[in-house]
Amino acid sequence: MTSANPLPILKSSHLLGIEGLSPEEVTALLDLADSYVAQSQAADKKTALLKGRTLINLFFEASTRTQSSFELAGKRLGADVMNMAVKNSSVAKGETLIDTASTLNAMRPDILVVRHENAGATELLSRKLSCSVINAGDGAHEHPTQALLDALTIRRRLGGFENRIVAICGDILHSRVARSNLRLLAMMGARVRLVAPRPLLPADADRFGVEVCTDMKTGLKDADIVMMLRLQLERMGGAFIPSSREYFRFYGLDREKLAYAKPGALVMHPGPMNRGVEISSDIADDVEVSLISEQVEMGVAARMAVLDALSRSIARKSDSRGHA
Amino acid sequence: MSRRIAFKNVRLIDPASGLDVKGGLLVENGRIADIGPRLFNDAEPNDPEVIDARGLVLAPGLVDACVHTGEPGAEHRETLASASEAAAAGGVTTIAVMPSTNPVIDEPSLVDFLLRRAAATAKVRVAPVAALTKGLAGETMTEIGLLREAGAVAFYDCERTVANARVLRRAMSYAATFDALVMAHAEEPELTAGTAATESEFSTRLGLPAAPAIAEAMIVARDIALVELTGARYHFAQISTRAALALIVAAKARGVRVTCGVAAHHLALNELDVGAYYTFRKVKPPLRSETDRAAMADGVARGDIDIIVSSHEPQGADTKRQPFAVAAAGTVGLETLLPIALSLHHNGADLMTVLKAVTATPARLLGLSGGTLAKGAPADLVLFDADEPFVVEADKLHSRARNTAFDGRRLQGRARMTFVGGECVFKRG
Repeated sequence: MTSANPLPILKSSHLLGIEGLSPEEVTALLDLADSYVAQSQAADKKTALLKGRTLINLFFEASTRTQSSFELAGKRLGADVMNMAVKNSSVAKGETLIDTASTLNAMRPDILVVRHENAGATELLSRKLSCSVINAGDGAHEHPTQALLDALTIRRRLGGFENRIVAICGDILHSRVARSNLRLLAMMGARVRLVAPRPLLPADADRFGVEVCTDMKTGLKDADIVMMLRLQLERMGGAFIPSSREYFRFYGLDREKLAYAKPGALVMHPGPMNRGVEISSDIADDVEVSLISEQVEMGVAARMAVLDALSRSIARKSDSRGHA
Repeated sequence: MSRRIAFKNVRLIDPASGLDVKGGLLVENGRIADIGPRLFNDAEPNDPEVIDARGLVLAPGLVDACVHTGEPGAEHRETLASASEAAAAGGVTTIAVMPSTNPVIDEPSLVDFLLRRAAATAKVRVAPVAALTKGLAGETMTEIGLLREAGAVAFYDCERTVANARVLRRAMSYAATFDALVMAHAEEPELTAGTAATESEFSTRLGLPAAPAIAEAMIVARDIALVELTGARYHFAQISTRAALALIVAAKARGVRVTCGVAAHHLALNELDVGAYYTFRKVKPPLRSETDRAAMADGVARGDIDIIVSSHEPQGADTKRQPFAVAAAGTVGLETLLPIALSLHHNGADLMTVLKAVTATPARLLGLSGGTLAKGAPADLVLFDADEPFVVEADKLHSRARNTAFDGRRLQGRARMTFVGGECVFKRG
């Protein structure tokens, strides 16, 4: 073992969810991410930390910002990055998830970043592959790097999480972002509130150590952070809520509702936004309150930190193999 | 100078507070200014109109939670104005109007239209009920929040049971967000499609397409399970069978937030009253066995059935003069609601309990301020003789439609005077 090996951060060689991480691991990841914010703001953004490593982006669901964010993160750390276009792949020809995994495994990637429409798909892959797997969103289960970038954004603005009130508002039921965020924020000592009309609240939401509200006035009271979620317009056919105009009237974030929150409260949104549905344009575009662009910037740094941390786990694995 | 009316020597019954006492009541500025056993005993108040109502009962005006009119879309059958004439004559001071009009009341602007029309044309208060699903189609929930803001007091797909349990679950869950009242009709849609009577020896003799009475309890059981899941405030608008009532009583005992109503005709008539295909007694749900009818009357007397409604449904000769199976269902009922409710009292039920089911309880369920004689409440009042015998005559009804199931029936007890906001809107004789 060379003394140049940095300290390990994660116990696991995968990042499948926030569940299973300890507060110490989260803090270490955020500390590491802070350093990558600086690196990403420098003129020379590239290091050779992951030189020779292969990262594959395997996205079964459409993504703009997450996929490009991982691609940039990998490239800034010097890794070779490949984007698998699922539409043109053998998956489109009916190949099972496991067969796709075996094929990819044979190409010996070091890190596989996976997004899939079904909860648990990344967990399944992690058991079949010998590389590190990062969950970039599986169904309505978890999206851990989104939670980490949100946490990084919040910590840099507020200094910490203890006793801060974070209101997560909107389509909680279908949201993996909400599930990862509430796990992380609750673990770090924040007071998390879920705010949504009842059909968009998952069953037994109150069992997650969070407060559950069905109206914005009580939900946003004294909140430091108001985190809006995207309302899935494709599901607007009256299934969960009657219409977008009614949704905006009662749950869309406008100046009037934001005034229920603590003065100076900050607004977040994981994107993509539906203006006039869950958030009004004047708030989304107000740099005084909106952290939406900052979240995208923090996304690259947080993902660099995750790649760095996992590469240390990989290094340890090969070390132990070497010593065996 | 505001108008004052003083009632004296009257039997005051206020089901909201349980008050039943002889005394006086003073109306001022359209509200109940004072009430009490000794009011006006010694001196006449300054300059009021005095109504000496010895032998009569003064109670809150009736709140009828289920009234169909033809406005908008079928004004030849009934308008808000003509329905309000019938209501006033029946001692009914608030009518909850049903959304099954043309167009269906499923848009906030239509609720607003109804309230404006009512303010301009109706003698009694009108509380609009909006559809639970768009077009009453059972597929897409309506804008419950915006409709409530516009003034809708409840959400109801009228005589259409929402067949799709997933749609209903989400609508109930969404309504619970606003604590909105959801009303339901309980007839299993597939079992009852195309039927006109209750399956029985009688319907077999008549050869009518009929559905088993359990079609009601099946839906009541399903809906109670959904209420327990979603926490919705839920009201079965008109039940008609003992089996359904038993399920509701058991659910209430478990603390489930369900209530139920019964239509006056299900208290007064049974399936045999259809006689020789008498279409004016075709109703939905259909008339039931005598056992079920008796269970309904008993349910009101025990307080297990929360409210009595007229289920007023105007129809014309065009829709009623048809073979029984294809004739429209429904009877007018605003003018017979009070007499039929009182018939339960004449058969032994507690008068307070019976009146509560047509005043305080429907007002509370619909979130209305009436239904009480409390000081400060709107002076919506009915003055009636609880024992006065009369014969129902269809051609003397105030409703534009005359399709009463009770033509020729001898009843006891009816309104003498009706007041809305302190104004006399009806005076008999």
